Formats: sequence, C-alpha cells, structure tokens
Amino acid sequence: MRQGKYPFVIGFLAVPVTLYSVFVVSPYLQAFWLSMTEWRGIGAPRWIGFANFERLFSDEVFWKAVRHHGVLLLALPLITIAIALFFAFMLNVGGGSRGGQRVGVRGSGFYRVVFFFPQVLAVAIIAVLFQMVYRPDESGLINGVLMKLGLDPIFFLINPNLALWSIIAVLVWQAVGFYVVLFSAGMASIPAEIYEAAELDGASRITMFFRVTIPLLWDTLQVAWVYLGIAAFDAFAIVAVLSVDSGGPDGATTVLAMEIYRNAFVYSKYGYASAMGVALFFLTITFAALTLRVSKRESVEY
Amino acid sequence: MGPQMTTTTTDRPAAGRGSAAGPASTSGRARFRRIRSEVRVLTGLGHVALAVWAVLVIVPILWTFLASFKNTTEIFSSPWTMPAELRWENWGRAWNEARVGRYFVNSVIVVGLGVAGTMLFGAMAAYVLARYTFIGNRFIYFLFVSGLAFPVFLALVPLFKVVENLGLLNTHTGVVLVYIAYSLPFTVFFLAAFFKTLPTSVAEAGMIDGCSHTRLFFQVMLPMARPGLISVAIFNVIGQWSQYQLPLVLLAGDEDKWVLTQGIADISVSAGYEADWAGLFAALSMAILPMIVVYAIFQRQIQSGLTAGALK
Repeated sequence: MRQGKYPFVIGFLAVPVTLYSVFVVSPYLQAFWLSMTEWRGIGAPRWIGFANFERLFSDEVFWKAVRHHGVLLLALPLITIAIALFFAFMLNVGGGSRGGQRVGVRGSGFYRVVFFFPQVLAVAIIAVLFQMVYRPDESGLINGVLMKLGLDPIFFLINPNLALWSIIAVLVWQAVGFYVVLFSAGMASIPAEIYEAAELDGASRITMFFRVTIPLLWDTLQVAWVYLGIAAFDAFAIVAVLSVDSGGPDGATTVLAMEIYRNAFVYSKYGYASAMGVALFFLTITFAALTLRVSKRESVEY
Repeated sequence: MGPQMTTTTTDRPAAGRGSAAGPASTSGRARFRRIRSEVRVLTGLGHVALAVWAVLVIVPILWTFLASFKNTTEIFSSPWTMPAELRWENWGRAWNEARVGRYFVNSVIVVGLGVAGTMLFGAMAAYVLARYTFIGNRFIYFLFVSGLAFPVFLALVPLFKVVENLGLLNTHTGVVLVYIAYSLPFTVFFLAAFFKTLPTSVAEAGMIDGCSHTRLFFQVMLPMARPGLISVAIFNVIGQWSQYQLPLVLLAGDEDKWVLTQGIADISVSAGYEADWAGLFAALSMAILPMIVVYAIFQRQIQSGLTAGALK
C-alpha cells in the first residue's frame, strides 16, 4: 500500500479540508477576533479590546437570554427524559413477560412510529404549526375548544409568564419520540435474565425500573442529557418563528441565538453580536464539560 | 420490532401461562397477586398516557389538514368540524401565489446537491483518515470532529462575510457549499468509525490485484460501507431539509431562492389580520405531507439513521 499514497491522500482530502477551512474553521476563528472589535459591516473592524464584553455583562437583554437558557437547560431535559423513559419502559417491558421474554404493551409498534414522527419535521415548520394551535382566538386549536365550552381563552404566547413554557412544551412535544426510540434501543440490550432474576427476587415493576433499568441505561441517559442541553442552547428557529416579535413579548422568550441574529442582521452590530457568540460558546462548553464530570460514575458492565 | 398486537393479556394468572412461569409455588402466590394488581394499575395508567400522547401528536397535524380545506369563516366558526367541501383551491393558492411550489423546488435542489456533496466529500475524507497513516492525520481528524462542539451561531457573522466576499450571497451554490461544510464533522466522525470496522483483507487483496487507491475506494470500500452511508445520508437529508438559520442569513436578499422552511415561516410571520389563513394551513400541510410519505416508507431507516449518532 505504499506507491502513490501521498498524492492519493492529498487528492482525497483537498476538497473537504478546503471547504471545511473556508466555511467552518475560519469563521469560528474570526468570531473570537471580531468579538474584540467594533464593526458595522463596512470598512475595517476597529479594535476595542474587551469593551463589547463589558457592555454585554451590563446588558439586561443578555442576562434575560441567559436566564431563559437556564430554564430551558433544566426543564427541557428533565421533562423530556422523564416522559420518554416512562414511555420506553412501557413499550419495551411494560407488558410483563411472555414466554420468558419481556415485551411491551399492546400497540407498541404503532406508538413508536407515531411518537417519533415530529422528529422528522423541521423546527420552523413545527413553530408555524403551533402558532396555529396556540392562536388566541377561536381559530386556535386549543382556544377554539375552550371558547366553545364558554371558558376564557388562554394567551399562550402573549402572556409573558406563559410564553416560555408554551415554547418548552413544543420542544418537548418534538423531542420525546426521539428519546423513546433511543432509550428503547438501550433497553433492548439489557439482558432478559437480569429482569427475570429481579422478578424472582420479588422486585416490583417500579423497583425494577429504578434499580435495573436506570443504572443499566446510565450512559444513554447521559448522552440524552448532553443532546437536550445543547438543544437548550440553540432554540433559535422555534423562538424566531413561534414567539411574539421573535423573542417577545418584551423579551420574555428571547435566547442568545435570537439576540446574535438581531444584533448582527437587524442592527448591524457585528462586533457585539460576535461577543455574544463567544459567550454562547463558553456557556455551551462549560455545560458539556460539567455534565460529563458530574454524571460520571462507574458504568455497570453486563 | 413489528406491531406486537397479539391478544394475550398480561394480567392472566401466572400459572395459566404454561411452562415459562415455572416457580409459581404456593408461597409465591401472594406475591404474584400483588404483582398482578400492580401490573394492572401501572399498565392501565401507562396505556392512558400512551394514548394521550399519540393524540397530542396526531391531532394538531390532522387539524391542520382539515383546516387547509376550509374557508376563513369555517376556520373561525367551527375549528373542530369537517370542512363543508374539499377546497383544493386553497392548495392551489398556496402553491402558486404564496410560492410554496417554488420554495419546495428550491429545497429539493439545495438538499439534493448538499447531501450528495456531503456524502462524497465526507466519505473521501473519512476513508483516508480511517485507513491511511500519514503526517497530520490525527490533527485533521480532530479538526473535523471538534466542529461538533461549536455552536453554529458563534460563526454566523463571519460566515456571512465569508460567503459575501466570495460573491456567493443569495445563491444556491453558497448555501450548498455551506451545508456541506457544516455537515462534514458528523459525517466524517461517523464514517471514519465505520470504515475502521471494515476488514483489511479485502482491501489488501484488491491492492495485490493491482487496483489503484481510487478504484479501491469507489469499487470496493464504498459498496462495503453501504449501511453506514445510508444512515448518515438520512441523517443529513433530515438535517439539511430542516435547516432554517443558515438560509435565513445566506439567502435573505432574494426571495426567489428561499427554501421551504424559510418561506413558510415568512408567510406565517408576515400574516396580518387580513391573512389568508386557509392558504397558510394549506402551505403548512404541503410541508408536512411529503415528510409523512417519506417517513411511512423509510420509517425504520430514519429511526436508526437519526439515533445512530447518539448510540455510537
């Protein structure tokens, strides 16, 4: 395998590495530099050191966005994983044992197919869909029913106390099916003998869930947490399309990605937007590192 | 797993289940009774929860399809009833006047070229990185994989300027190249791991037969890597089809070039009080319907393709 190895290697790497360097690596590097400049997009960026970050840390909107990421970071993984774990358990072992084989409840296949479907839809499309579902008058799916029943409509996206939770609900709606499938795959690889042994020892189904399923699924749960956490740091498409005034009402649902977009492409504050990008980067990295550290524990071999 | 819709009920006495439930001794009877009632409560509760969730997923979509055939009066006065007639003109309006047809074609072009390019270049890079030792191999590999850790929004401003400086702003070429570049980290990461698992003996036999490196790749290794390629391709199709922020930034100036997500979101955002709600519902249905068809056909591959990354 010696002859002509280098020309071949270089030939194969040339295009992908060039594309990647031009469109991915160089923008990322430039972003760190741009965050130290003031730049309106025309002429040369002016070096201003850490001034953008000083402004950022006293920017009320920035902290609002960070707080929303905090809420998303706790609520999205907790709710999604809890629901998905319960469903996955029902679909895989909830039906008891049959012929020595643990099976899911009736209709498991159907549920799995239906639950996963929202994952295939684009978030922007889902956001438009839920704009209709949440509409504040009788044309909305939910309020149409409420008002028919003579109840007051709920202002899902207009009430600032409710808006962020309405958005989280949509994110959970989309994500659950994916994690049901993911956890199902993990549960399928847990040997049936372990459940059998636990059952013979008189373990109840609830005990089995907490003492057998969760510990043996720990690695998958950790992956799920990281994925959902990263999703919590994005949330651009859903906020941009679903919320009132893209991040409103009055900043009640805004996220960093939204503010980066707004500062860059509406206000043309490219330097300031880049500083927000750098802040977002450090938040994401800190989260990922913390999760992997905190959740690290001896994985169970089986 | 197929639909396990057999009629066996789970709360039947254990002894009646035949040989599988061996240790049903008299002392165990009380325990079995306890487990049985517990099972009944839990599965009962679980069944309700599963059914409710299925309704939550299906109803908004079904409701959208129904509304796409209604007129505005019906949408407001009777959101829960069937449309009086199938008003296909709503769909026609959305396709032509709201230009969903145009957006749809654009999406197909961009995603088609984007995924083809991603697969070709991703597979080439992954193959070389996985199976050849050379100076800088580790460095290039980590350069690609580290892209998985960076939020796209960090790069958004400079990326916009890079594309603008190359004269590719508001062009499909620009979007396709950017899609390829941003899909490479996962594609290379996944396929490199896959190429590593392929046996070396076949490659060696090919080399002895005088096969060139390039031919070996295209005629021997690529066909062997098919399962992996299909998984990543599905992952990339769904990912690129769903893209919203990149086209929003890179195609903002030319409405004729917009992709479907962007176009539909724009119709919805700019819809005022005089909006054509039926048309919007029809547009939304048009975006959802093909995904239902594709999902119905490739359901299993899509599920394994999308979860493949997480299971690595």
